Amino acid sequence: MAWYIVRRFLQLIPVFLGATLLVYFLVFSLPGDATAAICGERGCTPAVIAGLREQYNLDQPFWIQYLLYLKGVVTFDLGTNFSGRPIATIIAEVFPTTAKLAIMALVIEAVFGIAFGLIAGLRKGKLFDSSVLVLSLIVIAVPIFVLGFLMQFLIGVKLQWTNPTVSGDATFTELLLPAVVLGLVSFAYVLRLTRTSIIENVNADYVRTATAKGLSRKRVVVVHVLRNSLIPVVTFLGADLGALMGGAIVTEGIFNVNGVGNTLYRAVLNGDGPMVVSIVTFLILIFCLANLLVDLLYAWLDPRIRYA
Amino acid sequence: MRFTRTSQMLSVAAIAVLSLSACGGGSTESSTEAGTTDAVIVVDGSEPQNPLIPTSTNEVGGGAILDLIFAGLVSYDADGKPQNEMAESIETEDAQNYTITLKEGKTFTNGDPVTASSFVDAWNYGAAAKNAQLSSYFFESIEGYDEASAEGSTVETMSGLTVVDDRTFTVKLSQPESDWPLRLGYSAFFPLPAAALEDPAAFGENPIGNGPYKFASEGAWQHNQQIELVPNEEYEGPQAAQNGGVTFKIYQNDTTAYQDLISDNLDVLKTIPTSDIKNFKNDLGERSIESPYAGNQTIAVPYYLPNWEGEAGKLRRQALSMAINRDEITEVIFNGGREPAKDFTAPVLEGYSADLPGSENLEYNPEEAKKLWADAEKISPYDESQPLTIGYNADKGDHKTWVEAVVNNIKNNLGIEVEGKPYATFKEARTEATEETLTGALRSGWQADYPSLYNFLGPIYATGAGSNDARYSNPEFDQELTDGLAASSVEEGNEAMNKAQEQLLEDLPAIPLWYQVAQGGWSNNVDNVEFGWNGVPLYYAITGK
Repeated sequence: MAWYIVRRFLQLIPVFLGATLLVYFLVFSLPGDATAAICGERGCTPAVIAGLREQYNLDQPFWIQYLLYLKGVVTFDLGTNFSGRPIATIIAEVFPTTAKLAIMALVIEAVFGIAFGLIAGLRKGKLFDSSVLVLSLIVIAVPIFVLGFLMQFLIGVKLQWTNPTVSGDATFTELLLPAVVLGLVSFAYVLRLTRTSIIENVNADYVRTATAKGLSRKRVVVVHVLRNSLIPVVTFLGADLGALMGGAIVTEGIFNVNGVGNTLYRAVLNGDGPMVVSIVTFLILIFCLANLLVDLLYAWLDPRIRYA
Repeated sequence: MRFTRTSQMLSVAAIAVLSLSACGGGSTESSTEAGTTDAVIVVDGSEPQNPLIPTSTNEVGGGAILDLIFAGLVSYDADGKPQNEMAESIETEDAQNYTITLKEGKTFTNGDPVTASSFVDAWNYGAAAKNAQLSSYFFESIEGYDEASAEGSTVETMSGLTVVDDRTFTVKLSQPESDWPLRLGYSAFFPLPAAALEDPAAFGENPIGNGPYKFASEGAWQHNQQIELVPNEEYEGPQAAQNGGVTFKIYQNDTTAYQDLISDNLDVLKTIPTSDIKNFKNDLGERSIESPYAGNQTIAVPYYLPNWEGEAGKLRRQALSMAINRDEITEVIFNGGREPAKDFTAPVLEGYSADLPGSENLEYNPEEAKKLWADAEKISPYDESQPLTIGYNADKGDHKTWVEAVVNNIKNNLGIEVEGKPYATFKEARTEATEETLTGALRSGWQADYPSLYNFLGPIYATGAGSNDARYSNPEFDQELTDGLAASSVEEGNEAMNKAQEQLLEDLPAIPLWYQVAQGGWSNNVDNVEFGWNGVPLYYAITGK
């Protein structure tokens, strides 16, 4: 088990190198000169442009730029973005907000998704099942920005139960609405996954055996049916956690959340290469870690799975 | 039975969600309630792109903050008229040598006096190449700028600036420029305390100024969230604060800010998002404003494109201009939020004239347009293999709709192939413009830095000017500009500028489309919201209710 974890961590190194190289190359090959974004509509004098290019190593060829960047990462210096602020500081500012939002969304979609899925699965074909299926279909079909603006307008502007936007403090109550919007689409998927999985397992041999042994219905459902049905759900949630941490660009934009998604969006618009590469790399690492966590959870959910 | 249990569960869940979010509403409403002049006004802002140093700020997000925390020699009133701030007098006899005397007893918020060196040192810092300040070109008229700003130069001072005593300094320009004093209210010309030059990076985070407002505390700039300003008690002058502070809340997009405005969580919004242009007057009623400001929108057609050079190119440009129905587009697409252009400048400026000779070239006249196009064909045939494109950046500003409208106008009236050409990012479009690799026309907007006709002409249409996207070069026009600058008074200068504009109206290096109008709104919590000559609200004048 320990060896397995170490090996998985070692695998992160090539992933890190490959990802940074690829992203760095993509940003590098974006059309347009990065200093043009800094200078704006009025432009700068050639002397100023030369100064800026030197400051951000833009005058160097691609390989040198990339190696300089790698050197910075290894020495825990991510450098500065085009506004002259340390990138590490910016990530440290915005990541906690996105993490909070992501975890809230994950909890909402997991709790409600599994609960509704379980009930729907156990009462297959009944009214609750069918109505939940239709509802989840609608949620999946409607684009997230429509949901976002709609809920912002209804709950934030018309009913005024909460502020339409999130302030800098990003308190729990402020994040609730964006978290619901963010979790809504995945909630529908979790619900459907759980439901299908439950329906499959309810008729499995070991469930019949458990019932025949005289176990209570509650124990059969919770310990035998639910636990074994959770594997596909956990896989989905793990991948989703990585995606959520990456910041929901659309949702963060609608609710003005100062998180990773918004920061990344701005950096891409400004052609802020160092910033884009750092954030994306950071996200890739988080994604890999979330996946590792999921893989470890399998063993707990299904004792038949062993790691070597 | 089951149905009831289900609906019970759903309602329990619903109530749980609703009651939790209800908690959110209660705790956040107190911030904007207060008396009249001690109310803190919450306004929309965007994250400053650079450290808050006057010469390194070239965009509106940082500019709005700087204008409140600094005071230059002069500032502009609501109509764009300069009024003395730090200056006691600005005197000249030949429009080339200026003697500037400062008022007595002015200080920065850290107690340092505002002296002649505060200005001279700040300007030298801004111009010197080694500091790579984005706004360095604002000092180009001062003698010695070329030496200090040349690439790789180690010269740190401009020879044209001389400190006479604590309250007096002189400026020598490299040529007479009558409109130079008009520029002195622009942020690049603000003074800096000694601390700024010792550690610019730290200063840019927590600037110390001499304006009507100051930072509420160290770290009042919470990046990407908000910037809190409070009145500067020491400040005396025309822009004295009428409120208890201004907090800039930073938004990623206007649509979100608008939701906050209509729910009274935001007090002033300076730009109504495109999606709400049609209904903001209904939503806000008396609390909305449309206020013309010194900005315009044009389409530049480069002279280096084969179809658009020489005499034929000139006729074709005129044809394009007359094929565009400005009245209809401003009415239908902008809902009246733009004014059809009659010249190359803007109506709020002193010296503006709507009926310059040649302005008929900016009127919709499809018949004449067809005729001009046919005339151009006789001189040299139009190469159909290189159809006209109209470039715009798709990342900011929502230009697609009007570009499509202009494209349709031209197509229908001239029967030629035209297309809108979106650039993914602003910088991509700018790079092509700078490197002279544009393959078609490019839209371009200009917002005045300081209220002067010259600001709309010199930097864009003079030979070799920084923003001359069309690469227009006309010695007569250049000469008229130089004459205008050398005029002994601003009035005479303006006459000459308008004379120069007649040249432009004939050549149309860029096709003026319309003047900008600020469309903004405010909440139920504030009063006295007025927009200035540059489309920015006069934040200091806003009061609470």
